[in-house]
Amino acid sequence: MAIFEYAPAPETVKAPIREQYGLFIDGKWIAPRDGRYFDTVNPATEETLARVAYAGDEDVDRAVRAARKAYDKYWRRMRPADRAKYVYRIARAITERSRELAVLETIDGGKPIKESRDFDIPLSAAHFFYYAGWADKLEWAMRAGEEPNPIGVAGQIVPWNFPLLMAAWKVAPALACGNTIVLKPAETTPLTALALAQIAAEADLPPGVLNVITGDGATGAALVGHPDVDKIAFTGSTEVGKAIQRSTAGSGKRLTLELGGKAAHIVFADAPMDQAIEGIVNGIYFNQGHVCCAGSRLLVEESVHEQIVVRLTDRIQTLRLGDPLDKNTDVGAINSKMQLDKIKELVGSGIDEGAILVQQSCALPERGYFFPASFFTNVQQSHRIAREEIFGPVLSILTFRTPEEAVEKANNTPYGLSAGIWTDKGSKNMYIAQYLRAGVVWCNTFNQFDPSSPFGGFRESGFGREGGVHGLREYLAH
Amino acid sequence: MSVTVDAVMLEARAGSLAKRSIKTTAKVAGIRLAIGCMDLTTLEGKDSEGRIRSLCAKALHPAPHLPDVPSVAAVCVYPNLVLAAKEALRGTSVKVASVATAFPSGQSSMEVKLADTAAAIAAGADEIDMVIDRGAFLAGHYRAVYDEIVAIKAACGSVHLKVILETGELGSYDAVRRASDLALEAGADFIKTSTGKVGTNATFPVAVTMCEAIRDYARRTGRRAGLKVAGGVRNTKQAMTYLVIIKETLGESWLTPDLFRIGASSLLDDLLMQYEKQLTGHYAGRDYFPMD
Repeated sequence: MAIFEYAPAPETVKAPIREQYGLFIDGKWIAPRDGRYFDTVNPATEETLARVAYAGDEDVDRAVRAARKAYDKYWRRMRPADRAKYVYRIARAITERSRELAVLETIDGGKPIKESRDFDIPLSAAHFFYYAGWADKLEWAMRAGEEPNPIGVAGQIVPWNFPLLMAAWKVAPALACGNTIVLKPAETTPLTALALAQIAAEADLPPGVLNVITGDGATGAALVGHPDVDKIAFTGSTEVGKAIQRSTAGSGKRLTLELGGKAAHIVFADAPMDQAIEGIVNGIYFNQGHVCCAGSRLLVEESVHEQIVVRLTDRIQTLRLGDPLDKNTDVGAINSKMQLDKIKELVGSGIDEGAILVQQSCALPERGYFFPASFFTNVQQSHRIAREEIFGPVLSILTFRTPEEAVEKANNTPYGLSAGIWTDKGSKNMYIAQYLRAGVVWCNTFNQFDPSSPFGGFRESGFGREGGVHGLREYLAH
Repeated sequence: MSVTVDAVMLEARAGSLAKRSIKTTAKVAGIRLAIGCMDLTTLEGKDSEGRIRSLCAKALHPAPHLPDVPSVAAVCVYPNLVLAAKEALRGTSVKVASVATAFPSGQSSMEVKLADTAAAIAAGADEIDMVIDRGAFLAGHYRAVYDEIVAIKAACGSVHLKVILETGELGSYDAVRRASDLALEAGADFIKTSTGKVGTNATFPVAVTMCEAIRDYARRTGRRAGLKVAGGVRNTKQAMTYLVIIKETLGESWLTPDLFRIGASSLLDDLLMQYEKQLTGHYAGRDYFPMD
């Protein structure tokens, strides 16, 4: 019998959800022109949460027109300090509603409430606060001779892994710089973007400055292809990113892409071992591994491989998998059936290729999409699980012998979004970091974010930066 | 060579453990567990035999009107009061622990420390809480610290030895880890955070670090040593977090008075108030629980 078993500790705040959501265009909630709707489901229960409008080509056109009109009529003309007031107002509203937004994010996407409560929502608000402060100081983001002018209408397409946060990364700097927006959330997680639309409306943001349209890949493609969009910002898969780049080539549209990753997480023998284990756990099991910068490729110095495997094997048994709304849940639901199938397929390939699978041995809930925290040992560079992004709670462990080999293996990937290094030696940390081809390198930590710090990738992980002054410049014509 | 400890990530880990939500049945079970693992302590200059007798009565029956509440694990007193405690607790399950070795500073000769220990044992102490020589430790004289623990352990014989690291004086988590490893290698049955007599007492990150040392030592040698957190543990929330830390680093099998203790005095009253709140749905005033 268990001596000290945690009782269920569900978050009790209820998030207001409408039965049906229209499109938020020109400051109003309107029905889609051809009357199509789709369901958004709770991946932890497979229950439908709401019906959401499907934006067809005409709806996309309406949204872009509204954004253009608002750009010319209000937003580009407004005094920057007044623009800032609106952005601050949105930031405050997110803070005030943080608990209900956290619940919404968790039920729509499957992530543990402790993550949406402590990470997604506060960081989303922080981005609005940060960029609000920039709105009337834009000349300080410029180089000599540059003028801080807005670009125009921005089409922003965000993924399902951090729905509100990714929207915040894009919406906040765009607004602060004087651009207007058509935002398209992911098909499986539209609810917090729709809540953001409501917040914008209640903040009296002029109609058309922020438009939110829901739909699937075709909706996104229509937005990308719309001739009156000046800039596309996309976060999502490398495959779609490539299609977007092809589609926008020659159009004169500005483009930033934040795509996939297969981050090397390097642990040297002189690492602070127990904290490295925490870094590894955070790196791959945070948000069920649905993280583009996840530390999914663990490179460990051969001499400590065995003890890391022993420690990690024990540690994953203490992860609590289950109801995402329970405050003690560490691993929530996989975002969708499609993603779960993809994870299972890649894990199967790992087993077939001869890697050894270790998993937490807990029972999975009977309903909903769940996958246990897992890692593979005996992984070789040539295995699919060492090369392809799994985007799930599955870590691949490889070994190296020398720092040079660590760098070589770390960079042997088409991606380059993030990397991590664990060593107690400061000089080694700095030395290795400068050779890693990755947009962000975390030293003796992982998954640290701040609005003032830029984030973005190399090579097939995309280009352009979000966050900080770098992220600001992506929304300025100069 | 001890493993090194990174302060930033350690504190993040301890912080996340402190956020575990312990409610309803878990809280009731946790409170009972915390009481059963408590070393009810009085270590003051004004301690008298009368005070000890009243403390012992409370240790045995913390709340007579709540029969489900267990006795505490032990009382912890100065050596000269062991006899009084022993008499008051004769025939019960509650053990008597005595601080020794020139508690709390440890600044005395080896002869005095050994005599202090021997006197406490002669008076009937079941457990000895010794302090390490922090001066020697910080001067890098690890061998001297180790030898001293070995000598006291020999003097203890079958009496249970808890080794107080006084982590608030060690200056870094690396040092906490090193002192933990050293005490475990020297034969400590328990390692203990603090005397309760300096500014910084038990903290969550220190407890995590000591648990990790105990876990690694058990993995290496097969011997399971215990942890005692002491000093500054005043409310139920803190006590629940220490249970969480034990559960998630060492495992539930460590949640027994044989392997886990909380050294505290005022904590007991808060645990009882919270316990009654869980049972009845409302708080009772302090006067509804026996003081001491």
